[in-house]
Amino acid sequence: MKVGLDIGSTTIKCVVTDDSGKMLYHSYERHYSKIVEKMTALLIKVKNEIVHGDKAALTVSGSAGMGISQTCHLPFVQEVYATRIAVGHLIPDADVIIELGGEDAKILFLSGGTEVRMNGSCAGGTGAFIDQMATLLNVSLDEMNGLAKQYEKIYTIASRCGVFAKSDVQPLLNQGARKTDISASIFAAVANQTIAGLAQGRPIEGKVLYLGGPLTFLSELRASFDRALKIEGICPENSLYYVALGAAYCSATEIDLDKALESIRKYGSTGNFLSISPLFTSHEEYDEFCRRHEQCKAPRGDIKAYKGGTFLGVDAGSTTVKAVLLGEKGEVLSSMYRSNSGNPIPLIKDYLLSLYSKYPNITIESSAVTGYGEELLKNAFSIDFGIVETVAHFTAAKCFRPNVDFVIDIGGQDIKCFKIRNGAIDNIFLNEACSSGCGSFLQTFASTLGYSIADFAKLGLFAKHPVDLGSRCTVFMNSQVKQAQKDGATIADISAGLSVSVVKNAIYKVIRVPDAKALGRNIVVQGGTFLNDAVLRVFEKELGVEVTRPDIAGLMGAYGAAVYAIKKSKGKSSLIVKNELENFKHEVRVTNCGLCSNHCRLTVNIFGGNRRFIGGNRCDKPVTKRSAKSELDMYAYKLSLLRSYKPVAGPRGKLGIPMGLNMYELLPFWYTFFTSLGFEVVLSPLSNRELYIAGQATIPSDTVCFPAKMMHGHVQALVDEGIKNIFYPCMSYNFDEHISDNHYNCPVVAYYPEVINANMRCLDGCNFIHDYVGIHRKHDFPHKITAILRKSFPDITFPEVHKAANAAYRAYDEYMSNIRAKGQEMIAEAQKRKMPIIILSGRPYHLDPEINHGIDKLITSLGAAVISEDVVSCKVKKFKTHVLNQWTYHARLYAAAKYISDKPDMNLVQLVSFGCGVDAITTDEVRRILEESGKIYTQIKIDEITNLGAVKIRLRSLFAALEK
Amino acid sequence: MAKLKYDKSGRLLFTREMKKDYTILAPMMAPIHFHLMIDVLRNCGYHFELLDTTGPNIVQEGLKYVHNDACYPAILVIGQLIDALKSGKYDVNKTALVMTQTGGGCRASNYIHLLRKALEKAGLKQVPVISLNISFLESNPGFHVTLPMIRKFIAAMVYGDALMLLRNQTEAYEIHKGESNALVKKWNDYLNNQFNHGKALSRKQQKDNLFRIVKEFAAIPIKKVPKVKVGIVGEIYVKYSALGNNNLEDFLREQGCEVNVPGFIDFGLFKVDNRLDDIKLYGGNPVKYFFVNLLMQYLLQMQNTFIAAIKSEPRYEAPPPYAHIKELVKGIVGYGDKMGEGWLLTSEMLELTESGYENIVCAQPFGCLPNHISGKGMIHRIKALNEKSNIVPIDYDPSATRVNQENRIKLMLAVARENLNKELAGSH
Repeated sequence: MKVGLDIGSTTIKCVVTDDSGKMLYHSYERHYSKIVEKMTALLIKVKNEIVHGDKAALTVSGSAGMGISQTCHLPFVQEVYATRIAVGHLIPDADVIIELGGEDAKILFLSGGTEVRMNGSCAGGTGAFIDQMATLLNVSLDEMNGLAKQYEKIYTIASRCGVFAKSDVQPLLNQGARKTDISASIFAAVANQTIAGLAQGRPIEGKVLYLGGPLTFLSELRASFDRALKIEGICPENSLYYVALGAAYCSATEIDLDKALESIRKYGSTGNFLSISPLFTSHEEYDEFCRRHEQCKAPRGDIKAYKGGTFLGVDAGSTTVKAVLLGEKGEVLSSMYRSNSGNPIPLIKDYLLSLYSKYPNITIESSAVTGYGEELLKNAFSIDFGIVETVAHFTAAKCFRPNVDFVIDIGGQDIKCFKIRNGAIDNIFLNEACSSGCGSFLQTFASTLGYSIADFAKLGLFAKHPVDLGSRCTVFMNSQVKQAQKDGATIADISAGLSVSVVKNAIYKVIRVPDAKALGRNIVVQGGTFLNDAVLRVFEKELGVEVTRPDIAGLMGAYGAAVYAIKKSKGKSSLIVKNELENFKHEVRVTNCGLCSNHCRLTVNIFGGNRRFIGGNRCDKPVTKRSAKSELDMYAYKLSLLRSYKPVAGPRGKLGIPMGLNMYELLPFWYTFFTSLGFEVVLSPLSNRELYIAGQATIPSDTVCFPAKMMHGHVQALVDEGIKNIFYPCMSYNFDEHISDNHYNCPVVAYYPEVINANMRCLDGCNFIHDYVGIHRKHDFPHKITAILRKSFPDITFPEVHKAANAAYRAYDEYMSNIRAKGQEMIAEAQKRKMPIIILSGRPYHLDPEINHGIDKLITSLGAAVISEDVVSCKVKKFKTHVLNQWTYHARLYAAAKYISDKPDMNLVQLVSFGCGVDAITTDEVRRILEESGKIYTQIKIDEITNLGAVKIRLRSLFAALEK
Repeated sequence: MAKLKYDKSGRLLFTREMKKDYTILAPMMAPIHFHLMIDVLRNCGYHFELLDTTGPNIVQEGLKYVHNDACYPAILVIGQLIDALKSGKYDVNKTALVMTQTGGGCRASNYIHLLRKALEKAGLKQVPVISLNISFLESNPGFHVTLPMIRKFIAAMVYGDALMLLRNQTEAYEIHKGESNALVKKWNDYLNNQFNHGKALSRKQQKDNLFRIVKEFAAIPIKKVPKVKVGIVGEIYVKYSALGNNNLEDFLREQGCEVNVPGFIDFGLFKVDNRLDDIKLYGGNPVKYFFVNLLMQYLLQMQNTFIAAIKSEPRYEAPPPYAHIKELVKGIVGYGDKMGEGWLLTSEMLELTESGYENIVCAQPFGCLPNHISGKGMIHRIKALNEKSNIVPIDYDPSATRVNQENRIKLMLAVARENLNKELAGSH
């Protein structure tokens, strides 16, 4: 008999077959990380009930089975390979296999050259991701599948990482989008991610099999794959067991099951893992710690006895909704803390109704709302004020520690920290790229290990050997925790270890300080996660300071909003009253905005009494119908200038230029050069989502920056238009602007044409000119480019090229002086109108609205002028930086930062593409230059999809700080 | 502590006074090569010490003091140096650090600045950092890269390549386990002694030594059994450093593979040749071309000697000359792709496939910029050119887990074993 064991990241599957391969037994269960126990139980069962003997051929497979099989000398087969063996036996005519697992996604091409692809170091688009999304929507997987069946619209959601998807889903929920549409969108995102990330240009066609848990259990996920691939895939019988079956088929040598069980038992107790010192050594120490923190209490009042005006504060956060009702002296009369279940509106409605009905005599004099759901709730309930989270938290923190220097708030999925300088919010740190180390992280682990969060956290307080887990992505923390458990760590050790990991992540990854001194002496900690004593203890230990944790740590946002409401009270609130509440209605309509080329997908929320709220917009147009003409926006100006280079018919025919990366600046040069040579220069269209998707399948490296990925779509668009000659040169060097030590392009900008050439097969019938070109050597350039062009156009002569080159250099200089002059004009106008000026700094290609997601418009809608970094960078002489200043575009960032250091009305906001390795260096240096002169540094990370909510927090906090 | 002196820009200098009694710590990369190179530096009159430390504290220190989005090699190298400074083993007032700097368009040229920022954060501002480069990037009164030093470095590099290649090709088949490594150790000590006496560096002595090394390795009894042959390529640090790649070479050996790690000489030639190609592609100073070409020719001669020595024993497979490596990549990636490992990375994968090491681990730090182009970006193309190639790209970073990496490598190995068995069945 043959036994196949598939130990995956979340489940354990077992199959027993007879020698002919006929399946006699199969089982499937979650192992909750108790691998040794589950494996032992299974093997004993198989031995006694199926095999009836102690000899069987056994093979182990699966990611979690790898280590155990190695130590216990059990035969092992890699899981993808096992799948292939099983399919070879059972469905030999299959062409492609798509298999999703807990943390893995795989595609196997069988016919026409076998190839196996597996997701890299990111778990996006796997079972774990779908689980996370279901938790976020507060539904079970079954319910999610049911919801998805009734979808009407698909939203764009990034499934690369659960974190990114959350930042897409959260605003959708807050804007009131339907759960049915969101569920279906999540499945569609998974399908897209798998296909784009793993197929990498190879077509998926023929007989396609769907295997693994998620694809077996979720019919709508299969439907999404069918739609995306335009095929009808098959989910075969036993689709959960292919790996285990493959392992069974591979089993050749009989082993002694008793011996195997014995070595597995030994394996469970190596007792060797890396640990750190305990959080508390004695109960006395803990009691002392509790006594100290108990002193920090918000004043309370008795709502029944209270007479006078009351003030409402609401905080609609990413996972929870909080509300606080204060009396005139700031005493807490009532409060509410609930999971938001995806829609905060009914929760607030119920809370208000219960207030009104229980205490009919109270009058709410003023109200304020903060958090992600701020605008939605403000409109729904006519709340008086909306304030940005940072201001709310700061206002609250001041009540407990008037001279507060630093506030850190760890919530469900966000970490928000800021420094206070001169009574104003100064430096803001948000976790933008990753949610590891937040409250939901602990929550997820507590529930996978079968505990409530409160019990789980308590376990860690007296753990003897807290595990050192490092700080990493939640998904991969799983494997680390498994490893620790295997090595004998107890649940208590793991609980403490996870608390340490949360704190270390916040300190070293988000705030990035090596010691506490940098944070100041008065630190207020808040957010639900800090109610966990273990986290608080680790934080104090790690920084070596005693911090203030208010007893209402979880309610601080709402408390701050209420305090703000007291301060700004006009005596009469606009908040809707009881009878209006009773007739409260909430309807959602989804539509596309047609007011500009962005075509934002708008969610229109309609409440009773003419109140409505539009979400999903990037600018004010759909709300105010105001034209953007009068706005001072260099990004918009530059973009319109670049789009004005129209094709001019010429004798040499069409030449295509893909509009991405460095072409956003060099277009005037190349356009003039080729037009002068008699080419009709055709540009690829403006970027949009469809254009990106069209090229997505040919991207070989999923971790390259989004602007580079976008290039695939642009080239595809030119090919689709039938352009036969496409020009996109490799350029190690850029122009030398004499403000840096060298004048390189970054490696991606420099050589991306090579990637396009090697991976886009649609270019096979095209002449793709991607030679190495050096425009930085004006004298040599005409000679070198002549030789390059003559390979494709033998009739081109040097004199023509020379003339064209001169015109090109002139055109480039004119373009640069044009934008610099226009920029100066805008600065002067802004100064005349007394508007704040934001130097929005990045790379030339950040002009692309699909890449910057309309952040420039967001800034102008907040009442500031947007100037690009190249307008001011030329006004600074070369100066000494603390880094090797060797890239042309990046040198402008340093120069712009230096330039504004003595300009009180100017501030710098840096745009950073996710995955940009170079910006790990530039951001620190730009920050250093700005902080040296007392300026606030603001960084915005942008990617394929960007959470404009976080961007808004940053910008509004910046403006709030400037007002002080 | 020596008197601290700064240059005009405020950079702390390594002074002549420091040269006398400061210990200079160097981070580890490729053990065989680095031990030899450190011997060369000691021979030049500096008190160098090569760090062979390991352990989780290195990455912890790195994460604490380096921007976490910086590349993994920077985090490890800086982590290793700071971990050493904090270990108490060294007098931090009498210790300096050394870091290589290429001056290329990759962010690696900025490691040294990240190191200085880290030292400042760690309260170790008094520790001077020496840049080791041949691009005239930073000068120090107490440390000079001299022509004789460069010559000795090149010699050490060639010895290192020879020992590494012979070890790898012998160890996989040796009958008495440990003989190959013992021989590496023996030669390491011997060469160290020779360097200290100013020997083993002339061209004649080098040639004699290389032929002797090959001969001695060839005397180790072996039994050739069919094995899966795996090549390792990638970003230079994670390619060679066991700390960076989670002991990749050992893992592959445990899995019963013969490992082939392409050597340093080609990388050296590539970096020098880049300067010539720059001039060819974009124009430039013919005088500069002349002098760089001299260095190029010198290196090529060294490589020829090296290849001839390996070829003197038929049981060893010599690497092809640089010209062949360069020819292979023609029409696939342009010679202008020079940042990081540039076109050489693609070329090494093509060469390995061609010479029977078609199973390849392409190791890179997560988000490595040049590797988006010439590593991951070219795998598709290589596969189209030669269906045999079986390449797995592996990302390394502080949060990638070993289990995950090894699982993917095992998948590559499963396919490799299947191909090997097919081949064996076919030949019978």
